[in-house]
Amino acid sequence: MTTTESTLTASAVPAQGSYRADAGGTRQGGQSTPRKKAGVRTRLRRDKSLVLMTLPAIALLMVFAYVPMLGNIVAFQDYSPFVGIPDSPFVGLDNFTRVLGDPGFWLAVKNTLVITAFQLVFFFPIPIVLALLFNSILSPALRSTIQAIVYLPHFFSWVLVVSVFQQVFGGAGLVSQGLRAQGWQAMDVMTNPDTFLFLITSQAIWKDAGWGIIVFLAALSAIDQEQYEAAAVDGANRWRRMWHVTLPGLRGVVILLLILRLGDSLSVGFEQLILQRDAVGAEASEVLDTFVYYSGIQNGDWSYAAAAGLIKGVVSLALILGANKLAHLFGESGVYSKS
Amino acid sequence: MSTITKPAGTGSKALRTKKSSRPAWEEEPHAAAKVGKAAVLTMVVIAVLGPLYSIVLTSLSSQATITSAGGMVIVPGEITLDAYRQIISGGVVTRAVLVSVGVTAVGTLLSMVVSVLCAYGLSRPGSFAHTPILFTLLLTMFFSAGMIPAFLLVSGLGLINTYWALILPGAISVFNIIILRGFFMGIDRGILDSARIDGASEWRILFQIVLPMSKAVTAVISLFYGVGYWNAFFNAVLYINDSAMNPLQVVLRSYVLQGVMVPGQIAVGQGAAPSLALQMAVIVVAVVPILMVYPLVQKHFTKGVMIGAVKG
Repeated sequence: MTTTESTLTASAVPAQGSYRADAGGTRQGGQSTPRKKAGVRTRLRRDKSLVLMTLPAIALLMVFAYVPMLGNIVAFQDYSPFVGIPDSPFVGLDNFTRVLGDPGFWLAVKNTLVITAFQLVFFFPIPIVLALLFNSILSPALRSTIQAIVYLPHFFSWVLVVSVFQQVFGGAGLVSQGLRAQGWQAMDVMTNPDTFLFLITSQAIWKDAGWGIIVFLAALSAIDQEQYEAAAVDGANRWRRMWHVTLPGLRGVVILLLILRLGDSLSVGFEQLILQRDAVGAEASEVLDTFVYYSGIQNGDWSYAAAAGLIKGVVSLALILGANKLAHLFGESGVYSKS
Repeated sequence: MSTITKPAGTGSKALRTKKSSRPAWEEEPHAAAKVGKAAVLTMVVIAVLGPLYSIVLTSLSSQATITSAGGMVIVPGEITLDAYRQIISGGVVTRAVLVSVGVTAVGTLLSMVVSVLCAYGLSRPGSFAHTPILFTLLLTMFFSAGMIPAFLLVSGLGLINTYWALILPGAISVFNIIILRGFFMGIDRGILDSARIDGASEWRILFQIVLPMSKAVTAVISLFYGVGYWNAFFNAVLYINDSAMNPLQVVLRSYVLQGVMVPGQIAVGQGAAPSLALQMAVIVVAVVPILMVYPLVQKHFTKGVMIGAVKG
């Protein structure tokens, strides 16, 4: 015990300096400050426990994230579960040509993109507006109470959210009840494919718009209050202050979230959609993820579904890299940066 | 611009926004604006709480009240606990609750241990293999393997129809690890360095210094993981074929969304709770655990979440 502790102590003392040096200048590597950077062995001995701590997570990721990446090999095979991956014949890009020639796939692509675009327009601005509204509430108690209430639905499952909507907007729900009481015809939004886009967007708003506020509130609280004061002294009214101080203060977060959303445009509420696919039919609700699920796991066309899933994964990767590039062009730091 | 990327909500600025009085330079808003604001806020609150209120009330209503209301109940009528009594005796829901509680408890514990260790292990840039390990984590956020290979893996590992299939595939969220890491990195280095000089091992520093200082962020991340396990629905659809092993969300779906009869309900006669009340009671059972934990953790959101999240 004492021996290990003494070695640790001995190596820990110079360690402080080397951590700091690295944090400041990783890009220069060892050239500029060779004296401060400890050798690989010293660092390994010093950081043994740190590396050890990351191992369980790395192991889980290796098994459940990286092995499946390799498993995408079935997309290039005519895979059969009875034969297994090693013995299934390779068919080159056949599955991909089949997928790309399938109208069902393109329907899923279309629905996915339409839903993303629609939610970008009608969902995305709501948290910003709500955050501005909340920020203007002066009483801290009232503010935190309302915040606690609007965050809440974010923690409900999709099954629950869809159930709640069914009780409100379904054929036997509250709205229909009210309509019938007035002598009008009841309506059932839950099974109407024509209004499905509005339905899922309002569900998404009900569940997550409140939670979305949190990021903007944090950004708002980071704006220096003196800027407002200075603007007010210079004669800027409420709206001009919002335009010249508040909105520029939100710009970075807005761009960051737009990038994330853009990179994620091919994933649209999988659980939400699969729960309601039976009610409105595939024509309106088939998206890429449900397409993969139904063609692979329901119909057993594993290789075909894997090919569709791989296309989605690769395009998503390209989208997020592209969106990040775009952010750099705008002078924002984006999701990641090189330093 | 640079102010935004800094951890928000820390230091004196957060304190300042908590001040309730209007600054001297800010003009008093127009009366109409005040009314409009209040109206919007009231509507938002009603939109969230209204449906929940009606669901709870309906679950507590007798068949007569539900029939006279024509469905969901808004005005309280006759109150009865029949639906809950039946759920408790019914078996299916009780078992599903136990499954969900078990998976959530074991899963959250596992996720937290693995995530906290990993986040602390990565909290010092410049440590051995720091960059490659971090890269290994982050890469999974950019590219996901897809559903089919994941399913083939889980079935290949023989996890189909085991509770591990509900826990292991999603056991760690890289996003949560990054939030934890961001928080750990923000802890004053002086304290940790002096502990190290005094001979404390990294394990001891983590458990005796870092974790006690990180109660807010660990509470928030535990809630995230816990809610994730509690709410998980699709994993069970994919990996569980044995209906006796179904978690609560799957049961909720079949009773409420697919209209499957709740067992026991067919036994018509006195004491049989109305079916709508039963359905609503299942919904309430699915929400109550969240409502119990949520208020305890909610106050930490801005502090715990934002530091990591705004940093990216």
